[in-house]
Amino acid sequence: MAQTEIKTYNLNFGPQHPAAHGVLRLILELSGEVVERADPHVGLLHRGTEKLIEYKSYVQALPYFDRLDYACPLNMEHAYVLAVEKLLGVEVPPRGKYIRTLFSEITRIINHIMNTTSFALDLGAMTPMLWGWEEREHLLEYCERASGARMHMAYYRPGGVAKDLPAGLMDDMYKWCDRFEKFMVDMEALLDENRIFRQRTVDIGIVSQEDALNWGFTGPVLRATGIPWDLRKAQPYDAFEDMEFDIPVGTTGDCYARYLVRMEEMRQSMRIVRQCIEKMPDGPVKAEDHKVTPPSRPEMKRSMEALIHHFKLYTEGFKVPPGETYTAVEAATGEFGVYLVSDGTNRPYRCKIRSPGYVHLQGLDLLSKGHMLADIPANIGSIDVVFGEIDR
Amino acid sequence: MAEFWSGTLWPLIIIIAQIVAIVLPLLLAVAYLTYAERKVIGAIQLRKGPNVVGPFGLLQPIADGAKLFLKETVIPTGADRAVFVLAPMLTFILALIGWAVIPFDDGWVLSDINVGVLYLLAISGLGVYGIIMAGWASNSRYALLGGLRSAAQMVSYEISMGLIIISVLLSAGSLNLSEIVHAQGEGMWYVIPHLPMFVIFVVSILAETNRAPFDLPEAEAELVSGYNVEYSAMTFALFFLGEYANMILMSAIAVVLFLGGWLPPVDAAPFTWIPGIIWFALKVCAVLFVFLWARATFPRYRYDQLMRLGWKVFLPLSLAWVVLTAGVMVTFDLMPA
Repeated sequence: MAQTEIKTYNLNFGPQHPAAHGVLRLILELSGEVVERADPHVGLLHRGTEKLIEYKSYVQALPYFDRLDYACPLNMEHAYVLAVEKLLGVEVPPRGKYIRTLFSEITRIINHIMNTTSFALDLGAMTPMLWGWEEREHLLEYCERASGARMHMAYYRPGGVAKDLPAGLMDDMYKWCDRFEKFMVDMEALLDENRIFRQRTVDIGIVSQEDALNWGFTGPVLRATGIPWDLRKAQPYDAFEDMEFDIPVGTTGDCYARYLVRMEEMRQSMRIVRQCIEKMPDGPVKAEDHKVTPPSRPEMKRSMEALIHHFKLYTEGFKVPPGETYTAVEAATGEFGVYLVSDGTNRPYRCKIRSPGYVHLQGLDLLSKGHMLADIPANIGSIDVVFGEIDR
Repeated sequence: MAEFWSGTLWPLIIIIAQIVAIVLPLLLAVAYLTYAERKVIGAIQLRKGPNVVGPFGLLQPIADGAKLFLKETVIPTGADRAVFVLAPMLTFILALIGWAVIPFDDGWVLSDINVGVLYLLAISGLGVYGIIMAGWASNSRYALLGGLRSAAQMVSYEISMGLIIISVLLSAGSLNLSEIVHAQGEGMWYVIPHLPMFVIFVVSILAETNRAPFDLPEAEAELVSGYNVEYSAMTFALFFLGEYANMILMSAIAVVLFLGGWLPPVDAAPFTWIPGIIWFALKVCAVLFVFLWARATFPRYRYDQLMRLGWKVFLPLSLAWVVLTAGVMVTFDLMPA
């Protein structure tokens, strides 16, 4: 009798797969329903962002960052403007810092709502998504009121933010926080103690502390293993020094822990949002250095100097002294870093982006090996990959 | 000639008329079950559901049906054409013929056979063929996995369902569905003595009809749409109709076995004025609501967890209940004549 070789069953998961969170192509080697190997393929959403940035002035490069992780756009912008400010040596006025802190946390909530609810959807629970997106809609509306755009806000600027908050926005945000607390309780009632939800997430995709550090995981994925590493505490930027908040950590490093960490992070973000609104200082929202930030409109009509500044800023942009910096922020997904090299011109010489999703995605095989096919969407959902930033 | 008329032709016409009288309202019920599902889930998810086509969106199912009719049926190149087309037809037919033995009211039954329960088990057991044939004939990996899962799932839950039905049969002393309802009229609805079994039965019919939280064969998240991923237009519509007709059928079985069929809740004046078929329909709606409610609330089980639940929890429980029921009936001399 001829010897038969048992081959693994290959399944091409994506790139147009409803659970792939974008254009993930995953080659799965299955033995029955058990995953032997998960091989993620990237690059299907590659747009050459890093190279394009080299051909844009510093301010023109900013909107590209919105389009990286489109689930938490302002976090991406934040890293970039901090990097440019570091090279320029510009000091941001307190109100600008507070507004940026406030919106960074608003974006974090936007991202976590999207992630936790779509995670539940991947496990088959539809309702949290619909409930959550109602809340997310309010937040997007606040972003629109502040910047004019719901998603790709392009609101931060080197030296502060584009413009001050409209009247009444902070009151609405403050009121929204109470409403959001109620939503959190409802959503937790639906998921946290649900037997099926726990069976689907507990002990699925376990990452040990050692593995998490070796693979370079950051953000909720790292904190779920029990390591309290958060850049907002470790190297506070903008107004995070003045804020009181805790770093939630998990103990098990599985999908359930990652989910719980994100839920608690939303609560902590809400605390920061409240503190920002309570302590919001008065004053300008951007640096008064008109070599970097544009002068106000009325000033421009009065002063020749201001007109020249305006003209120079909107044609040539500003020149950044030669130097290089790696600046990272705690984005909703993890450590988002920008390595910016300036050669003294008005355009970045090089802009390397360190995206947390890319690092997490490479650990997907580690998470998924030996699990069932149905755990793949759970793992993808719990590491929070967004292909805008992975493929760049 | 006269004998042919009265002996063969006339009864045939009567039977066909009866079939039409069952199937037409059933198809209408299926159409409006999809509407009810979207409305109920919409309400749970704080949205409106269909509300544009017709008053309150009432014409939405008709519009959906027309859309599916008018679309092109695509048969994939690598598919086994005959089996590919046969599978949805089989699913749909099996979902319909089960209704032959369901009593809607006292004596309102197409075929009052003595082995009604066995007939139903046979029909629902055949239902898996449609799905596994679809999975095989599509020649797609996703569809094949979906079909395999479904086969395993339906076989597992059929067994515990069968055992639960045996407990009911022991109490009623008949395999005839009308007799089972009559027995409940004389005693009490079996949902009271057999409450744990009723719960397991409802969960099992969720699994049997591949509905959430057991909708693994069509798990959107991992298998995209499962066994019916390659189907379009009318072939897809038949699967869809079959699934919903099956839901109604299973709910009707639950009503007949546990909730007293067409009987009013209290055998007294205001309740007995309402015709039995209305009670029957109301009870079926109540069970169907559980289907929709579960779909909007629960995440989905994983394949192995579902098997574990079926074989390691439901099977021993329902088997123990059969022994318990039999023991109690023999001990206290409650055996029906």
